[in-house]
Amino acid sequence: MIFEQWWEAIQPALQSNTLNFWQTIYKEIYLNVIKEGRWLNYLQGLGKTLEVSVFAILVGLFLGTILAILRLPEIKDMNARGKGGLKQVGAAIVRFLSKIAGGYINLMRGTPLLLQVLLINFGVFGSIRIEKIIIGVIACGLNSAAYVAEIVRGGIMSVEKGQTEAGRSLGLSGFQTMMYIVLPQAAKSALPAMCNEFISLIKETSVLSYIALTELTKAGDYIRSRTFSAFTPYIVSGLLYLIVTLTLTTLIGKLERRLRNSDH
Amino acid sequence: MTTDVIISVKDLEKHFNDGELKALRGVSADIHKGEVVVVIGPSGSGKSTFLRCLNLLELPTKGKITFEGVDITDPKVNINVHRQKMGMVFQHFNLFPHMTVLRNMTLAPMKLLKKSKKDAEEKAMGLLKRVNLENRADAYPSQLSGGQKQRIAIVRALCMEPEVMLFDEPTSALDPEMVGEVLDVMKRLAKDGMTMVVVTHEMGFAREVADRVLFMDEGQIVEEGTPDEIFSHPQQQRTKDFLNKVL
Ligand SMILES: Nc1ncnc2c1ncn2[C@@H]1O[C@H](COP(=O)(O)OP(=O)(O)O)[C@@H](O)[C@H]1O
Ligand SMILES: [Mg+2]
Repeated sequence: MIFEQWWEAIQPALQSNTLNFWQTIYKEIYLNVIKEGRWLNYLQGLGKTLEVSVFAILVGLFLGTILAILRLPEIKDMNARGKGGLKQVGAAIVRFLSKIAGGYINLMRGTPLLLQVLLINFGVFGSIRIEKIIIGVIACGLNSAAYVAEIVRGGIMSVEKGQTEAGRSLGLSGFQTMMYIVLPQAAKSALPAMCNEFISLIKETSVLSYIALTELTKAGDYIRSRTFSAFTPYIVSGLLYLIVTLTLTTLIGKLERRLRNSDH
Repeated sequence: MTTDVIISVKDLEKHFNDGELKALRGVSADIHKGEVVVVIGPSGSGKSTFLRCLNLLELPTKGKITFEGVDITDPKVNINVHRQKMGMVFQHFNLFPHMTVLRNMTLAPMKLLKKSKKDAEEKAMGLLKRVNLENRADAYPSQLSGGQKQRIAIVRALCMEPEVMLFDEPTSALDPEMVGEVLDVMKRLAKDGMTMVVVTHEMGFAREVADRVLFMDEGQIVEEGTPDEIFSHPQQQRTKDFLNKVL
């Protein structure tokens, strides 16, 4: 292997402590990336980070959209028409759920993610054997839902009231109007903010290293514990995060441009 | 009129802001099948509120609205079913910007009348032809002029094969040169026997097409009659003042 040959080639300089700049760089790369297949550690970490992120984003989107709808003014102040007993009870339950949703959003946004992760790991799942990655998805997804809720709510409120009225006047139900008319338009206006949320979520999955999930940050940290290089492992992890987040930014930018061109 | 009553409004009241603002103060009216009723009146007199109560986009505070013999103000009634038979056209068109013209027109028939895509599109294309817009079927609303948007909004409502069409100032947001093309579509619809309730400031249209004109002021119907009675022989001072201003 060419990497081994280069490694041999810098041995004399290494022994005599006379490495030049490029030789030092190569030494760092060799020790922290190439030796003993260590690059695999980063890739496995990256894989876990992506896995947790994708599923947490899905959980966040789903739950966040429900929370957003529960926080809409029409739902928050829902009043049943007439005095039918069951309808009144239904409206009261919806208003109560709306309050819970509001409390949930404040709670998740007002406390540190790390604290939530630790609580879920040691508290909720303390006595149950369950994969760390699932705990990560749950914790990050539940947290992200609160932010997604506010983004989606903003998106929904940015859709003109006339759109809902047009849908309802055709006979579509409130739910159908939301699904076919309001949410697609809300998604479009919420896309930039949503992109930011996805990027922060991907980065923040790094707190999962605290519960011994070997995602990308933990992978870098593990290499550092083996090589005692204080910079290189973290830089390698950081570069991998950057590749992911920049790719995502580019993709969503493209999607935005396509949506802009297709209508409006 | 000797024909059947299709919408009957009795003692309708609508209050806003916890009763501070009374937009409608006891309105009663019967709309007959095949009739064209034009509602005129100064801005803020409650014309839109009256129209929007007819399909319950505004919930009446008091009073009763009967549509095809059913009291739709009864909370037990599923209003979605009745709305399918009441088309509505808005001042600002309210086309769905994220859908093509064709999709705008086929969405509700496919979801609610359970029409197949093919049937819904056939019906839509037929209606588009009638308003000379069959070549814009695949366009998005943003690519249309105001007059085209409003004609699409009208045929979108017609796709549901409604019994009544409600128009809330359908030409008020249009550039003057486009008003004619929309009024023409509405005239043809009237001639075909559609029951229509039209809020408008187009007095020429009211004179020519209306069977009956309602003059509203301060949340009440002040005077009603044939176009000739209202425009040529108004009885109430408020009607005279209003007509002096707009004619
Ligand atoms: N959603 C609403 N909330 C509060 N006030 C309203 C609302 N809609 C209409 N109004 C008020 O009710 C009155 C009648 O309005 P509207 O029916 O729109 O009159 P018009 O269509 O004849 O101009 C006005 O004073 C208006 O400000
Ligand atoms: Mg109005």
